Amino acid sequence: MKRNDIHMTQPALTVSKLTMDFGGLRALDSLDLTVGKQEIVALIGPNGAGKTTLFNCITSIYTPTGGTVDLTNPKGPTHRLNGLKPDQVTARGMARTFQNIRLFQNMTVLENVMIGRHCRLKTGIPGAVFRPPNTRREEKAVIADSYEILKKFSLERFVNEFAKNLPYGAQRRLEIARAMATEPFLLLLDEPAAGMNAQETNELDELIVRLRDQDHISILLIEHDMKLVMSLSDRIYVVDYGRKIAEGTPDEVSKNPAVIKAYLGEDVDA
Amino acid sequence: MRAMNKNTEKNMVSAQISTQIWLRRAAVVLAAALLLYLRIPIEGGWFYYYLIKTVILALIVVCAFSDVASAIFFGSVFVGLYRYLESGDLLILIWTVAIYGLLVLSMAAAERIQSLKASIWFMFLTFPIMVIQVNTTQRTVEWRWDRMMMIGVAFYFLSYVWRYLIQRKEAGIKKAETGGEDALTLSQKLITNPKFSRPAVALAAVFFIAYPFIFSLYQVDIMTTALIYVVVALGLNIVVGLAGLLDLGYVAFFAVGAYAYALLNHHFGISFWICLPVGGALGFLFGILLGFPVLRLRGDYLAIVTLGFGEIIRLILENWNEFSFGPSGIANIPRPGFFGIHFSLQQNHTYIYFLMILLALFTIFVVRRLQDSRIGRAWMALREDEIACQAMGINKVRTKLSAFALGATWAGMGGVVFAAKTTFINPASFTIWESVIILCCVVLGGMGSIVGVISGALALKLLPEYFRAFSEYRMLTFGAVLVLMMVFRPGGIITDVRKVYRFGK
Repeated sequence: MKRNDIHMTQPALTVSKLTMDFGGLRALDSLDLTVGKQEIVALIGPNGAGKTTLFNCITSIYTPTGGTVDLTNPKGPTHRLNGLKPDQVTARGMARTFQNIRLFQNMTVLENVMIGRHCRLKTGIPGAVFRPPNTRREEKAVIADSYEILKKFSLERFVNEFAKNLPYGAQRRLEIARAMATEPFLLLLDEPAAGMNAQETNELDELIVRLRDQDHISILLIEHDMKLVMSLSDRIYVVDYGRKIAEGTPDEVSKNPAVIKAYLGEDVDA
Repeated sequence: MRAMNKNTEKNMVSAQISTQIWLRRAAVVLAAALLLYLRIPIEGGWFYYYLIKTVILALIVVCAFSDVASAIFFGSVFVGLYRYLESGDLLILIWTVAIYGLLVLSMAAAERIQSLKASIWFMFLTFPIMVIQVNTTQRTVEWRWDRMMMIGVAFYFLSYVWRYLIQRKEAGIKKAETGGEDALTLSQKLITNPKFSRPAVALAAVFFIAYPFIFSLYQVDIMTTALIYVVVALGLNIVVGLAGLLDLGYVAFFAVGAYAYALLNHHFGISFWICLPVGGALGFLFGILLGFPVLRLRGDYLAIVTLGFGEIIRLILENWNEFSFGPSGIANIPRPGFFGIHFSLQQNHTYIYFLMILLALFTIFVVRRLQDSRIGRAWMALREDEIACQAMGINKVRTKLSAFALGATWAGMGGVVFAAKTTFINPASFTIWESVIILCCVVLGGMGSIVGVISGALALKLLPEYFRAFSEYRMLTFGAVLVLMMVFRPGGIITDVRKVYRFGK
C-alpha cells in the first residue's frame, strides 16, 4: 500500500535547492526533497554522497550555503528552518538520530530520554532551586513519561543502566526513543540498521512502521540495507556527489539505470 | 529460575571474596603497625633477628599479595633496610640486596623481571647524581654505592607495586565490563544507601557543630578556610564537573567577590550582609561576561581563554591603583556583624565558622537541587555530547551561560566571606595557583559528585595544615598524589553516582 498520492498534498518537510559548500567542495548541489505526512522516505546513495550532510543541513547543525528548508506541522503553521538553531528546529517538531551513536554515555538510559523531554518542559533556575508544586509535578510527569517511552521501545529493563553499557542494538533503539521523547512529527534516522543482524533489522522494520502508524509521524531515513529500504519506504531518493540522481517508488528506483550505474559502476566492454 | 539462582550464588560468592579481601587488608595493616612498634629482643645476634622478622613480614605480605616469592623478597628488603638504618652497617644492606637479587633472578615471572629492569634502569639514570660526589676541598671523588643500592631497592618496590595496582585496575575494568551488576564502591554505597548515609550525616553534623568548642582557634580557622573552599569548589563543580567546561581562571570570580565587599565597604560602608548577595550577583554577572566570548570554545581552547580571563582580572587589580589600591591591597576589612553585638576574637572566629557552615549547607542544598533538575540534566548532556544535546532541543547558549554564571555565583559569595575572614586582601591571594587548587579539589574529589567535591576540598585544604612538618615535600606529594589518582582512580575520591529511579512493577 503506497500512500504517496494521498499525502503529497501537504508535505511535512520541503527542501528546495539546498546547496552546501565546504570550501571548494560542493557537498550538496541544489537538492530538492519532500517528505509527506506519515510517509516513510528513504535516502540512499554511495558513501560520501552527501546524505548525512543533508541531515545536518536540515537540522541546522550546518548552515547551508543556499536553498530553503520548510517544516510544516500537521496541526499548524509552516516554519522556515533556515537560520534557526538546532534546538529550535527540534522544538518545532523534527528530531533525529546519528549515524555514529551519540548517546549521553555517562547518563542513565532514563536520563537520556528525560533529556529528550527537555524542550517540552519549562522549569527555569528559580523553579529548580525552590521546587514549587508545578515543578514537582513536571518532574514527576517527565519521569513517568520517560519510563513509558522506554517501555514502548522495550528498554525498561535497562532503565538505570549507563547508556554506554547497553548492547549495541539497544543503544540504537535508545537513540530513537530519545528522539521520540521530543515529540516530533518528523523523525530523521541516520543509518538506523547499521551494524544490526538480520533479526534486529526485522525488529527495526516493525518498529519504524509502528512509529508511523501509531504515532502518526513522517520518517526520513538514510540506510544502506537495501532489503530494509525496499520493504519499508514509500518513496526513495538516490543521491550521488551531492546531486539527486533519481527518485520514486522502490520499484522505479531499483530499475533506474542511473542508480544502477552509481551503485555498480558503468559497464565496460572489453 | 536457574539464571536467578546462579545470580544470587554469584553475589554470595563475591560478597565472601570481598569480606576476605577486607579481612586480609586489615590483617596486613595491623601486622605492619605491630612490627613497626614492637622491637623484639632476640638472643643470638642480628642473623636471627633478621630471620624472624623476615618470616613475620613474609607472612604478612603473603596475606597481602598471596604470592610467596614477592613476600620473601619484600620481607628481606624491608628488614635489611630497617637493620641498615638502625645500625648503619652497610654489609647488611648488601647482604639483603644479594639475597633478593638471587631470588629475583631465580624467578621467571615477567613482572618481576620487568620491575628489576626498571630498578636497574633507574640506578643507571641516577648514577651521576646519586653516586658520584666530587669533594672540591679535598680534591677527591667519593663513590656512594650504598645510595645506588637504596635506589635499586626503592624502585624495584615502586615498580612492582605500580604494576600490581595497574593489573588490579585492569582486572576491575574487565569485571565491570563482563556484567558487574554491583559495581559501586564502598564509598558510593555509603552515599546511596540511606541505611549508611543517615548515620554518617548525623555523625558529621555532630562533629561540625562540636568542632569549634573542642578544637583550638587555629583549628577553627583552618576549618573555616576549608569550608570557603568547599563552597567555591562546589561552584566550580557546576562548571567543570557537570557542564564539562574546563575553567582555569575560576579564582577571578573569587576575587570579584572579595573586592566587591572590600571596596563597597571601604567607600560606602556597606555591611557584610548586604555584600554577600551582592558578591554573589556580581559573580553571576561576571560569569555571563566570561561566558559570552567563550561560547564557541571547547576543551583546550576554553581552558586557555579562561586562564587569560583569570590573569586579566588579577592584573587589573594589581595595576589599577585608583580602583583597587594595587598590590598593597585593602586592609581593615570589617568582620561580619551580628546585630551590632561586639564579639571577642574567639567568639568572632566561631561566628564566622558557623556562618561558613550555613553557607556551605545552603550551597549544597542549591547545587543538589540544580543538579537534580531539568537544568542540571541539560548541563550533563552538554558535557557528554554538545551536538546531540543541541539536537535534543537544548539551547546551548543558555545552558553554557547558566553554568558559568551559577558556578561563578558561589565563588563570588566565597570571596566575600574570604575578605571578611582575613580582613585583608591583595591580588596575591588570587593567582592562577588558587584556580589550580580549586580545580584539583573538584577533580581529585570526584567530578560531578557533591560529596566527592566536599571531601576533595576538605582534604586539599586541611591535610597541608596538619602536615606542616612535611611542608617541604608538599608539592612533591601533591604531584605524586595527582598522578596516582589520575592513573588508578580517575573518577576521584568519590565517583559520581547516577540517581536510581524505581518504578512499580
